[in-house]
Amino acid sequence: MTGNVVVGRPGPRVDAADQVTGRTTFAGDIDRSGMLIGGLLESSQAHARILSVDTSAAEALPGVRAVLTGADLPVPYGILPVSQDEHALAVDKVRYVGEPVAAVAAVDADSVEEALSRIVVEYEPLDAVATIEEALASGTRIHGEGEGDNVHRRAALEFGDVGSGFDAAHLVREDVYFFGGNTHAALEQHAAVASAGLDGRVTLWSSTQVPHYLHRTLEKVLEMPAGRIRVIAAPVGGGFGGKTDPFSHEIVAAKLAMVTGRPVKIVLSRQQVFYAHRGRHPVLMWVKTGFDPEGRITAMHFKSFLDGGAYGSYGAASLLYTGSLQTSTYRIPNYKFEGVRVFTNKPPCGPKRGHGTPQPRFALECQLDEAAADLGLDPVTIRRRNLVEPFSMTVNHLRITSCGIEECLDRAVEASDFSAKHGNLPEGKGIGLAAGAYLSGAGLPIYWNDMPQSEVEIKVDRGGGVTVFSMATDVGQGSTSVLATIVAEVLGLEPSDLAMVTADTDLTPVDLGSYSSRVTFMAGNAAKEAAEGIRDRVIAAVADELGLSADVVVVAGGRVGSANDEDKTLSWADAVRAAIVRGGSLTGSGSYRAPDLAGPYRGSGVGISPAYSYSVAVVEVDCDSETGEVRVAKVWLAHDIGRALNPLLVEGQMEGGVYMGLGEALFEEQAFRHTLHRGPSLLDYKLPTFLEMPPVQSILVETDDPEGPFGAKEVGQGPLLPVIPALANAVHDALGVRVAEVPITPDKVVAAQRDIKRGGDGRFGPRSVPDYDFGRLTRVDPPGEF
Amino acid sequence: MRLPAFGYLEPSTVEDAVELLAINPGAEIIAGGTDLIPNMKRRQISPSTVIALGTIDGMSGIQVDDDGGVTIGALTLLHDLAASSEVPAALASAAAEIGSPQIRNVATVGGNLCLDTRCGFINQTESWRLASGLCLKADGDVCWVAPKGEECVAVSSSDLAPVTVALDAEVGLVGPDGSRTLAASDLYRSDGIDHLGKSADEIVTALTVPPRPRWRTGYRKLRRRGTIDFPILGVAVAVEVADDGRVKDARIVLGAIAPAPMRMRQAEEALVGSRLDAEAIERAAELAAKPVRPYDNVDLGSRYRKWMAPVFITRALQDLR
Ligand SMILES: Cc1cc2nc3c(=O)[nH]c(=O)nc-3n(C[C@H](O)[C@H](O)[C@H](O)COP(=O)(O)OP(=O)(O)OC[C@H]3O[C@@H](n4cnc5c(N)ncnc54)[C@H](O)[C@@H]3O)c2cc1C
Repeated sequence: MTGNVVVGRPGPRVDAADQVTGRTTFAGDIDRSGMLIGGLLESSQAHARILSVDTSAAEALPGVRAVLTGADLPVPYGILPVSQDEHALAVDKVRYVGEPVAAVAAVDADSVEEALSRIVVEYEPLDAVATIEEALASGTRIHGEGEGDNVHRRAALEFGDVGSGFDAAHLVREDVYFFGGNTHAALEQHAAVASAGLDGRVTLWSSTQVPHYLHRTLEKVLEMPAGRIRVIAAPVGGGFGGKTDPFSHEIVAAKLAMVTGRPVKIVLSRQQVFYAHRGRHPVLMWVKTGFDPEGRITAMHFKSFLDGGAYGSYGAASLLYTGSLQTSTYRIPNYKFEGVRVFTNKPPCGPKRGHGTPQPRFALECQLDEAAADLGLDPVTIRRRNLVEPFSMTVNHLRITSCGIEECLDRAVEASDFSAKHGNLPEGKGIGLAAGAYLSGAGLPIYWNDMPQSEVEIKVDRGGGVTVFSMATDVGQGSTSVLATIVAEVLGLEPSDLAMVTADTDLTPVDLGSYSSRVTFMAGNAAKEAAEGIRDRVIAAVADELGLSADVVVVAGGRVGSANDEDKTLSWADAVRAAIVRGGSLTGSGSYRAPDLAGPYRGSGVGISPAYSYSVAVVEVDCDSETGEVRVAKVWLAHDIGRALNPLLVEGQMEGGVYMGLGEALFEEQAFRHTLHRGPSLLDYKLPTFLEMPPVQSILVETDDPEGPFGAKEVGQGPLLPVIPALANAVHDALGVRVAEVPITPDKVVAAQRDIKRGGDGRFGPRSVPDYDFGRLTRVDPPGEF
Repeated sequence: MRLPAFGYLEPSTVEDAVELLAINPGAEIIAGGTDLIPNMKRRQISPSTVIALGTIDGMSGIQVDDDGGVTIGALTLLHDLAASSEVPAALASAAAEIGSPQIRNVATVGGNLCLDTRCGFINQTESWRLASGLCLKADGDVCWVAPKGEECVAVSSSDLAPVTVALDAEVGLVGPDGSRTLAASDLYRSDGIDHLGKSADEIVTALTVPPRPRWRTGYRKLRRRGTIDFPILGVAVAVEVADDGRVKDARIVLGAIAPAPMRMRQAEEALVGSRLDAEAIERAAELAAKPVRPYDNVDLGSRYRKWMAPVFITRALQDLR
């Protein structure tokens, strides 16, 4: 791309200064006159029938203005239309410790605490289910939802013919891996403020990634017309997928505001954030892969078992995501996926950065290294021999367009000197490599509809001021800045010239939300279209005004007119007025809807995307062979971003992905003692600190995606994916142990080393998976072009 | 999390503080508050009154005594202890590894010595503990770590505690009956609930480290991350090496394994008379690690901490060579 001014220029986010100087008003900072404080009572039981809830002592407390129980909010909801299995406050039963059972609004936080402690809930405890194995074996059914017993969903798909693929293989490996669950741990605890007017309208400010879906949920649960409900996503202090479901506290705040007639604020405690969860599913995986003598994959059979926690959430999609993207990086000619998601009496799992794909990515990339060793190949060669081609189809009908995986591999390997180091570093030091790919937006919306996935409107003021309206929600990833960059580029302005109005259901046209790395691609395309409409009108007006032909008129540097004759230009403001004189109100709109990419089978909606980003990570470690401690020396990360709209923001996302990936690989775990969270606090949940964060070298690979705005693709999630297996592979290179389980904590490393000393194979992790019938297999022919 | 309601008093002398403590049953002392406040928020304790020491003059500072020993005021900040070159190496390095810089800027030496014992079942919010079932240490009658046991096995998690024992240090106490000194080894009791060997109405005024010019001291700490985390194993060592290069006297004290620091006398004795060579260190480490039986009640569980005991003891002793 040539001639871009703003696009491609590194710069801070448009909201950066306010954020880092504490001026940003997060939901928890909102203070309205007469505002009450709300709070939620957590279930003390993992699984129990609610026999009674006595709120009288709480209601009698001075200062208390309202108490709610499940009976006040009887309508079920859930993010996916197929999983309407949640209630804002538990009805009849509780299914995990921490599930909200009752709510209070009072004049201050102390009264809320006191009132909550006075609510008496009588439970009849039931047997609780804690693990995948227990869920599959247990006779106790914790849910009326799902496919029976404690099974939420199953899937069984075969593309091509794995049987013949394995028959043709020279090497067949079967390995078991386990990915422990972890959570988003965003700095900002979830918060919501609601107010209800006498006009029958309700407004909710929330730290949400999905104001549109929250709006729909409130419409359903509050049984009110959508037009009377206004949802505003306040600036979000980190989401990572943890604020992508509609939550109890959001619905409860709205209801309490309606009941009391006063604004109500609820801020979840850190413990409640751990309980609200929706984080990474623990996934047990069995992978059978066949290779020819050169290391080319002949077939893969992948089984995954997901521990879903107590509710559906995004689980039906999460399940399919554990099977859909294996084919996006490597050509797998025959592929079979079987998966099951079970319910357990723990906080519900959902989408976290990479949604359902980091777990299989970990398994796949570890197994590739293991197969390479069996075949006498190095990790680079085995990958190189299997890379997908740009502009190709995968066996499971994913359409691949721009694809920079090879350049990512080359550049990461070169920058890190991988080939010289791998296998050759002194004892305790090691280097590992892995690749990954991720969607630039899910191809389909969450609820079935034919409307655009993103709409953007632009209004231009007579003074030349440009206001961009979009429901795209900045959750820290910088989406507002990205949209500003795109509009500014098209209009020849600076991002800081624009007024950005975002994430407000009264003011902004729909964008589905900040999930599946969709905003740059989808809202970006919509913004570009809207801006181009404005630009074209302004150009036509200026051409007319100055007597130029429209095709020589350009917008640049805040002026509109001839590119080579300064006298034949107008200032942006004059140009705008000329356009308003000629055509009236200067407003424009744009929208984006992904092409129809679904394959010919049920479940093909998960995994499709208008474009995929690619990444390759190299991780170098320095292990303490006695303590099992893994210190990360450096990470090199190459990422195919399509086109970096703002390289500084891209690098920020990449470094954030490395941070989160290393945290998951080494430290973080949503750990339980049976069904009870081991330590729902930031002291017990081990996030890496500054001291654990290594230097990162980010390598931006640009492939100019034909459908992305200015060629751009995603960077929010993809870069995390390869970091985790690259770390695991580095530990193997350093110590010869295969920790086939995440997180790779020092106790596991030492246990694996002790195993080697006792003559074992140095593998740590589960060795088998339950014998399970995944149901009727759907056989799908590979696409014609495959 | 909210603090429970409590009365707050600011005495200006130690004697006043002692008196206020005596006349306010259920009162607690607060120094830096980095242990007390979280514990109160979690309702592990809900003192009726909190008596602050911060307003008392003369209780902080590090002073070299006439005999070459060092007296460290109870209100001395951990930051200052960590930065001090007057104190034995083990004490400064242990202080430097406590919590995070922010914590060391408010936390005190006295508070660290009196730090409450810790356990995964107790350092939790009240609602968590109600879900788990209350335990021996706060309002319950079961120990969830050792359900058959009758004693609380919460872990001594102070980094300074094992060091003070290894240094044969003493604490100065002031109580209703006047002042006295107590050997650091007697300050700790192997009981997760009643873990201090001083009486509740006594205030620690200072830590005194005897002069030991010929001793080499060191501390090694096991924890998950490079900062913030409490020790899950602490090894304090002190060795006196004679002119002939042989060990004349030794201390090996383990922290964060049991409700009190554990002095490993057998291993100490094994070191005496030998050179600090690899062989002697290995033997001592083996002996010292043998009785280590951690419970699964802090981070990383019991098996790993047991494995790490000889490694950390070895490293701590090697540091002294
Ligand atoms: C995130 C975090 C990490 C931490 N990490 C560590 C760690 O790595 N290692 C570690 O050892 N500690 C750690 N701590 C605990 C604590 O910060 C330190 O132990 C600190 O030194 C306590 O001192 P303080 O002055 O804040 O004590 P306070 O909280 O004021 O008091 C602690 C206890 O001692 C009593 N007390 C205080 N002073 C006296 C006195 N002079 N006489 C009698 N009783 C007294 C109090 O009544 C209270 O029971 C950590 C704490 C937090 C919150």
